[in-house]
Amino acid sequence: MTVMTYAQAALTALRQEMERDATVWVLGEDLGPEGGVAGQYLGLQQRFGRQRIVDTPISESTIMGAAIGAAICGTRPVVELRYADFAICAADEIVNQAAKIRYMLGGQVRVPAVIRQPMGLRDGMAAQHSQSTEAWWIHVPGLVVVAPATPADNHALLKAAIRCDDPVVYMEHKELWTVAGEVDEAAGPAELGRARTARAGTDITLVTWSSMVSVCLAAAQKLAAAGCNAEVIDLRTLWPWDRAAVFASVAKTGRLLVAHQAVRAAGFGAEIVAEAAEHLFDKLKTPPRRLAAPRVPVPFAEPLEALCRVADDDIVAAALEMTR
Amino acid sequence: MLLIRAFDQYAGQARRDGKLRGSVHSYVGEEAIATGVCGNLRRTDYISSYHRGHGHCLAKGADPGAMMKELYGRAGGVCGGKGGSMHVADFSLGILGANGVVADGVTIAVGAAQAVKLRGEERAVVAFFGDGAMNRGPMLEALNWARVFDLPVLFVCEDNLYSDRTRTGSVTGGPGIVARASAFGIPAETIDGNDLVAVERAASRLIRQVQEGHGPSFLHATTYRWHGHLALDQGLYRDPDELARWKTLDPLPRAAAWLTTRGIPASALDEDQAVAAARIAQAVAAAESAPWPEPLMLFKDVQDVGAPS
Repeated sequence: MTVMTYAQAALTALRQEMERDATVWVLGEDLGPEGGVAGQYLGLQQRFGRQRIVDTPISESTIMGAAIGAAICGTRPVVELRYADFAICAADEIVNQAAKIRYMLGGQVRVPAVIRQPMGLRDGMAAQHSQSTEAWWIHVPGLVVVAPATPADNHALLKAAIRCDDPVVYMEHKELWTVAGEVDEAAGPAELGRARTARAGTDITLVTWSSMVSVCLAAAQKLAAAGCNAEVIDLRTLWPWDRAAVFASVAKTGRLLVAHQAVRAAGFGAEIVAEAAEHLFDKLKTPPRRLAAPRVPVPFAEPLEALCRVADDDIVAAALEMTR
Repeated sequence: MLLIRAFDQYAGQARRDGKLRGSVHSYVGEEAIATGVCGNLRRTDYISSYHRGHGHCLAKGADPGAMMKELYGRAGGVCGGKGGSMHVADFSLGILGANGVVADGVTIAVGAAQAVKLRGEERAVVAFFGDGAMNRGPMLEALNWARVFDLPVLFVCEDNLYSDRTRTGSVTGGPGIVARASAFGIPAETIDGNDLVAVERAASRLIRQVQEGHGPSFLHATTYRWHGHLALDQGLYRDPDELARWKTLDPLPRAAAWLTTRGIPASALDEDQAVAAARIAQAVAAAESAPWPEPLMLFKDVQDVGAPS
């Protein structure tokens, strides 16, 4: 085990995959000199050259389109789009091409591309650099959607994404780049679609992902002090999501609270709650709930931005109401 | 050329007759471009195409029978009946697909060229697109991209004067298509796209350059589509004299006349035309009697991880 940051964990995974498979390459803006916005590519261009770590123009449509063309012609591109917000500039290529080519063409070809698009709130980046857009991609047939919460997962899930033959939208969280944790560098790829029980409990199931995992764990500690034993499930992969793990936990606790940083309306929490309501209605002791951002653009002013965050105390309050 | 003409004359009429569903974009009138360009390609070279893509696929060697089944949405279609007219493709022939979004095939083509370079392969890539694509952002990005990374791509702009139902000149600033490509540092030239010999000669030279690693080139081929944007579009926004004038420039008799000067008798061409008609008739009969895709095909080939059930 080595202690490293979330960014270093991704860097390690990518380096290992590039050493293992000569068809893996990366394209995006500013990868070379400073190794990406968070140093998640640091040193790779020196090691693998400019043909495999490709600094591109600010041309998101073609970054994504070229990755698709290269993916259907025998390579495994990793696309860096810097911010989930900018991935919207390449939404046509992601949605109309990457996600559909295999299907439209009757299975003649697959699109093994990783589409990295860091998301979420960080340090007053305002409305166009703070969005959590995971639900947009989950809605698109053909895409896999991954949102790692820990350094260990950013290592093992990135490896899995690179080896996956489907297009994978890989959403790191900008606030997690510098978070350190133990990583087994020798670990292989994680299994996509498998959740992780971040904390075992019996009274309520907290389902979450990405940066909200640590917030839910902090809430669970406070809840424990109040006599409520919460189970925290980190989904890790959002499509496919681990229904079996969530259902088993909710069947046990009888209570479901989903927390995410994205906007509440039509957020992914709605899908999870709806599925639980449809399939576990007789097991539920209280109505399932969601905690998420209000349906507003992310404001700049710090106190206003804070109102878009789900805090551990919000989770504690909701969980106590549900278990009262 | 004769096969493309026969295929698309049938497809357009079949759509108007209600035998086919969805979008059918006829290539009738533009056949010399696909024929002249693809005649210079090896099986291993790649092409990407766009919504008006039947001609490119046929010229690259796609089976008209499997293509017709695709237009009918039947099992045995080149895409199993799940793509239709706008998504015909055959990867075994290097056909990366027609495409329903203007200019998207062009970004895919530059990426294919990047893969060719990365893998150290000797393939050329040809991107076919229309004049309308020249006003899309991804098109301009892709031109820059191909130059910056010095990629083995030949861009072929089939300029039929119309962006869907709008005259392209009326919505395009600056001195024209060749000037735009040149502005990115890409050698570009205009040819008469209805002259098979001119297309063939230019394509032969440019594809060789691309294959030899001289970077991207741009071929601007002027032409005209005889029908509307879609089979169901009657093209009433066009001056009938304009269509009549372009019909006098029909690429087929021009190619035939050239062949005659080379000693190929007109009777041989009549024979070829009859063969093409017979192949299309056979393709239609096979398509009309082919089964629909199995219902379970609905769920096939969406994705491996998280597949629908």
